[in-house]
Amino acid sequence: MKYNSVFDIIGPIMVGPSSSHTAGAVRIGNLARQVLGEEPKQVSFRLMGSFAQTYEGHGTDVALLAGVLGMATDDPRIPEADKAALEAGLEYHFQPGHVGYFHPNTVAIDIRGNHRSTTVVASSLGGGKVEVQELDGLPIKFTGERTTLILYHTDTRGFLAKVSHLLDARGYNIARLSLERWTRGGSAVTVCEIDEPFDEALLQTLRAEVKQLMDVRVVHAE
Amino acid sequence: MAFVHLHDLIKLAETKNTSIANVMLEVECEQSGRSKDEIIQLMNRQFEVMEEAAHKGTREPIRSRTGLTGGDAYLVQEYLKTGRSFLHPAALQAMAYALSVNEVNAGMGRIVATPTAGSAGILPGVLISILETGKYPRESIVMSLLTAAALGLVIANSASISGAAGGCQAEIGSATAMAAGAVVEIAGGTPEQVGHAVGLALKNSLGLVCDPVGGLVEIPCIIRNGLHAVTALAAADMALAGVKSIIPPDEVIQAMYEIGNAMPESLRETGLGGLAATPRGKALREQVFGKPCESR
Repeated sequence: MKYNSVFDIIGPIMVGPSSSHTAGAVRIGNLARQVLGEEPKQVSFRLMGSFAQTYEGHGTDVALLAGVLGMATDDPRIPEADKAALEAGLEYHFQPGHVGYFHPNTVAIDIRGNHRSTTVVASSLGGGKVEVQELDGLPIKFTGERTTLILYHTDTRGFLAKVSHLLDARGYNIARLSLERWTRGGSAVTVCEIDEPFDEALLQTLRAEVKQLMDVRVVHAE
Repeated sequence: MAFVHLHDLIKLAETKNTSIANVMLEVECEQSGRSKDEIIQLMNRQFEVMEEAAHKGTREPIRSRTGLTGGDAYLVQEYLKTGRSFLHPAALQAMAYALSVNEVNAGMGRIVATPTAGSAGILPGVLISILETGKYPRESIVMSLLTAAALGLVIANSASISGAAGGCQAEIGSATAMAAGAVVEIAGGTPEQVGHAVGLALKNSLGLVCDPVGGLVEIPCIIRNGLHAVTALAAADMALAGVKSIIPPDEVIQAMYEIGNAMPESLRETGLGGLAATPRGKALREQVFGKPCESR
């Protein structure tokens, strides 16, 4: 089910004018920021469908920027996020484009910090609900509604067994899981949503005990 | 309980001899791990934000960010004071509040999406007006937000609440159905009557296209919120009177989904067709977006 919670329907508390084009856009921007995992310096947005046609009127542009700057959906600074981006030294660019065959409200975000860069394709599904469709070109879905671990690793045997064992031992339940690889034996990414409140100690454990793990980012639930 | 079919939800409430709001509350507890008190407290907070937005535009005229719209909630509120309205004052009050919420929204003010921002006026408009009649306690009004949520979840999961995907019927139509069902439950109607209120309200919104001028959530969104708040009350009255939706409510929701899929893209929140494509609609768009698109 895409929609589960009462607060999916009665909420979010948000700055207008559009739940999909404003609040959803804030959330998508925020997801991209968290996937990057460091202060963003450059960001470019490719907008398709209804996003491309109406982004200025709905404040989708300032909303996406607000999210990338780390603001929440009810932040009163959203309407001025373009100015905030300037002040923060964040370079940005918007353009319409065809991103793929997704929900009409979809955006591809290329985001870059001083050390890393990543590409996130995400859709705003309605009512402020969002879903990542692609991560760095791989078909990986997550919503950011639960704590989400993004594990970059080498494609070798036993990785998933090790990770799931460690999670289980520390009392975490896996709510949703996907694993994709770029090439056999090469790089792969596992995205894992967990139910329990997240503790930083988990990251240390994973880094110390899973030798295939190259990098890890955490997307925190709102 | 997965919220996909209204008949399952109604049956569950009937079997447990309880309200749809209570079914929703229990499921939310299980899903979120929060206690009932916590959830109700959070809902209270949502309701307070709704009240702020509903009152704001009725106390003073507010303008949208673009300057295209605003001040209508204030006009209706002033007219209400004259005592000359054809509608019952509570219905006109619901209209004024619904207009206000959407004017606040168009001004990039703070609102609660119910289920979306473009349709955020209807449920608060209706509920706050009912609260202010003094006939129902605040607690039962806040609980009815859970009724509305359960109904919205069914529609969202089996059809759509996105104007870009399903047209305005998916937003305004869903909000109207949610509000109608919530009112029936406040009034002590049965779960079955709640279902019929949804069916009746949604039928009257089928085919409504999403054709906002300039792609902005202003024209006709604000007016539609005002008028559909009244429709929601009317549908609730109809269901409470015993009128049934001959097409089962789940089938009405399915019809809405099919109609949404058949709508051309120009009428699904692209700002290209319908009212947006009228001469005045196009002129207003130019008035707002005279400049080329922003980038640096």
